[in-house]
Amino acid sequence: MTACLLLIPLIGVIAILRGRDPGATARLATALMLATGILLAGLWAMGIRDGLSIAPVVLSKPEIRLGLGLYDGMSVIMMLLSVVVAFAAARTGSCKKRHESLWNISLLLVAAGAVGAFISTDLFFFYAFHELALVPTFLMIGILGRGERKIIAWKATIYLAFGSIVLLAGLLWLTAASGTSSLAFEDLLKTSIPAEDQPGIALFLIIGFGTLVSLFPFHSWAAPTYASAPAPISMLHAGVLKKFGLYGLLRLHPLVPEGMSHWLNLVIVLLIGNILWVGFVTINQKRLDLMLGNSSVMHMGYIFLAFAALIEAGAQTENPVAMPAAILLMFAHGVTIAMLFGLTDRLEKKTGTLDLRNLGGLASHTPKLAFLFGLAAMASIGLPGLANFAGEVMVFIAGFKGWQAGSGLGSVQIATIIALWGLVISAVYMLRAYRRTFQGPGGSHIENAEDLSSKDRRPAIFLAFVLVIVGLFPNLLLGLLENSGSGASEPSEVQKPLEPALLPDPKPQPRQAMLAN
Amino acid sequence: MPAYWLEATVVILGLILLLIEAFGKSVSRELVRRVSIGGLAFTLVPLYFAVTPPTDNAELARFYIYDNWAVFFKILAIVATILVLLMAYDYRKVLNQFTEEPGTDHGTGEFYALPVFACAGMMWMASARDLVSIFVSLELVTITFYILVAYMRRQVGSLEAGVKYLILGALSTGFLVYGIAWIYGVTHTTNLAEIGIAISDPDSALAANPSPLFFGLSLMLLSLAFKIGAAPMHLWIPDVYQGAPTPITAFLSVGSKAAGFIVALRILEPFFNSEITKSQTTLIVLIMAGLTLLVGNLAALGQTNFKRLLAYSSIAHAGFLLLAIAAWHPGDAGSLSTHQVVSLYLATYLVITLGAFFVLVVVRNADDSDEISAFDGLGRRNPSLAVCATILLSALAGLPLTAGFIGKFFAFQLAISSASANKVLWLGIGIGFIGVAASFYYYLKVVRAIYWREPAHEKELPVPRISRFVILSLTALTILLGFWPNPILWLIGG
Repeated sequence: MTACLLLIPLIGVIAILRGRDPGATARLATALMLATGILLAGLWAMGIRDGLSIAPVVLSKPEIRLGLGLYDGMSVIMMLLSVVVAFAAARTGSCKKRHESLWNISLLLVAAGAVGAFISTDLFFFYAFHELALVPTFLMIGILGRGERKIIAWKATIYLAFGSIVLLAGLLWLTAASGTSSLAFEDLLKTSIPAEDQPGIALFLIIGFGTLVSLFPFHSWAAPTYASAPAPISMLHAGVLKKFGLYGLLRLHPLVPEGMSHWLNLVIVLLIGNILWVGFVTINQKRLDLMLGNSSVMHMGYIFLAFAALIEAGAQTENPVAMPAAILLMFAHGVTIAMLFGLTDRLEKKTGTLDLRNLGGLASHTPKLAFLFGLAAMASIGLPGLANFAGEVMVFIAGFKGWQAGSGLGSVQIATIIALWGLVISAVYMLRAYRRTFQGPGGSHIENAEDLSSKDRRPAIFLAFVLVIVGLFPNLLLGLLENSGSGASEPSEVQKPLEPALLPDPKPQPRQAMLAN
Repeated sequence: MPAYWLEATVVILGLILLLIEAFGKSVSRELVRRVSIGGLAFTLVPLYFAVTPPTDNAELARFYIYDNWAVFFKILAIVATILVLLMAYDYRKVLNQFTEEPGTDHGTGEFYALPVFACAGMMWMASARDLVSIFVSLELVTITFYILVAYMRRQVGSLEAGVKYLILGALSTGFLVYGIAWIYGVTHTTNLAEIGIAISDPDSALAANPSPLFFGLSLMLLSLAFKIGAAPMHLWIPDVYQGAPTPITAFLSVGSKAAGFIVALRILEPFFNSEITKSQTTLIVLIMAGLTLLVGNLAALGQTNFKRLLAYSSIAHAGFLLLAIAAWHPGDAGSLSTHQVVSLYLATYLVITLGAFFVLVVVRNADDSDEISAFDGLGRRNPSLAVCATILLSALAGLPLTAGFIGKFFAFQLAISSASANKVLWLGIGIGFIGVAASFYYYLKVVRAIYWREPAHEKELPVPRISRFVILSLTALTILLGFWPNPILWLIGG
């Protein structure tokens, strides 16, 4: 059943290769994926988990299985994110007739790779599916990208290849050190890694996964890539594929907890680099697409902050907020950034430019676009009521979890306090960009701009709907984490941070002060 | 049926082909092609029934071994030869331009008969367990290739390749014989099993002073490096690959290399199993692997000719295989042995590389050029061929979900799991990973030409029937094995 999620896009690719209408096929395939995904999540929530997964043996020694199934709640949420964004991506953007097959095949392959990575229950295919996106991305940027597309395509490909290879080294070392002959998560996570191997493995994983997530200082590929790539590819890449790295870190953390804590301070410095350094870089962007690309890099810092809290705690049970916080924020950020990239693409189509200096006053011409863009921008800043807010609050709570007044601030707490200032930065660049685009005096390129047609609006409204629903009822998602197969989280603890009763806790106060600003 | 009948069958097939060519009527070339392909395909049937030769013939048993690896590499040799002959069939247009009477197929009969002899030699190499039989079978293959490389005798490039191959081949043969002489001198035997006993005796004079042994081993490894295309004997590869007729290039890069590796495994096995020689042997092979990886991958970066690119790629792949050998591992319940990893790698490599060469033959037929620029705009001229080419190139780069990833994955896995016992392997692993990263660039360069570049002309690019069928099957196999590598493991009895 879960395997259908992977089969649908692949069948779609074959159908397009055999001459079916590419656009219609891609839309149908992603709609079916969405339906399957929601159905699976529903079954998961109801506790029906048997018979959904398959795991045929593809190699008997060492045992590798083509394991496709829902491993735990985290897989379910990431899978939902993939199908939601893929659904919207297939309905965004357009290209010349000549490139339609390439466009839709690439889209389906990237979606298949993302969803495949999240539903793999075997380390081998978990890694392998992620790489499925590499060549389609390379081709899409190289052929259909904006700006210096060829250079950017090479840069992104080589960066991602580098990250994947470092990651592969880490994963191979991990399996070698664990001494297991089976690469299934189930068997792998039962093993224990010798302490002397842990720091090395953890470093490889941090650098490898980190490059894929655009962790500072391996982030410089990300913003130009998202800015240059055609809209569906940026949506899927920034929204979904990038989360693969974080998903992998969270998934494999229980295997190398000591190794990870060895590098805790390194992770903290890097994530602050993401938030502050990239944050300031973002403020200075002159183009809307580059600004969004950089902001997406910056927001990874918050998720890494939750990861750092998890590292410090050592185990999920010690800091039960950290992992749900990271997962919720991943989901929220994925949906938000996909919406923003989708709308930006429409904006460029309508006005012909993304240069902030040429835009302005667009809201009077295109009120619907302005409203939807504003909604996504607010979500990105972390407006309460939208999904990102819940995620960010939980991240900051996780940062101070277990902290005793009077015991002094640990490195994670200091990082959390610094990271809070990142919210100001993101408010500055988002609001400035919004003002320069939609408000103020009219720019040179807005005269002939038309508002969104209903066809253009649909994907954005769909994503906005998801954002609001998850923002108001985050437990819809977080509930999926309960009773995880791996026992990764405890239900009672998960819900706690969302209760308003927690707010008087000493930690969120800096945030409240921030909001008052 | 004792297994050595297989080699005899193939040699007899070759002789029959020569007779048809010499005494047959003018249609004979067509007949030679068909009989050679059909006959080899038929040989796969008795392979199934072949059994280990009776051991009562002790002299024969000294020379001939029939185990899992022998079977597997015999299959590999036969399949590679069949595919090469099929490729030669579609290459005949180019071949005929440069033989006796340009434009006709006069004097091209041997081109389809000689690979059969090479195949017999490779099959014998797979079973050789004595330095003498290794030498003889190796020479059978090499001498056949001397002729085949220079077969397009009216083309300077092919002749130049032939001369280069001849001179360096002769040199490497000299190394091999000299190395065998040294090994024989210190161990008093040419049989690999007896050499294994002689070098693992801790009380012998050899253990006290193993230098002559390593001198002999190094000379033999140099000669094998020539066969498998490893540094420092890789210099012939780019020129010979570029000049030789493309099917022969493919044969060199797949068949000859595979046969070289099984011989290398057989020769190195006693040295890795002996405590006295293990660490030095590891070091020698590791240095070769590191150099080969660096040379192959870095030199490939700047290539503009697709055939030369594949030549350097073939060097690079030899480097990964050597890395797996340097990380010698006898295999246990949970992990693959070096033999298995090398076999797995070579099987996937055969599928992918031959696919890539088939694509090259098709493009060469249409545009009369081996340059990467001949691939410009292939995506528009023939979309399905372009998709196949993209998949095959991604597989060569080792992208996951293709067969190419399987080989690299296990080569690195082997190296990393052995690295905990032998730290120096990390060096090879590091170089290997740099190599993989570099290889993404040069393989994607061709993908870039296929899709990004504008074609020089919009002329149709016809794909002959055989090529179309083979390219499609090999591409499908590339993907299938990427998901499901177990069939190869069954073949090697794992």
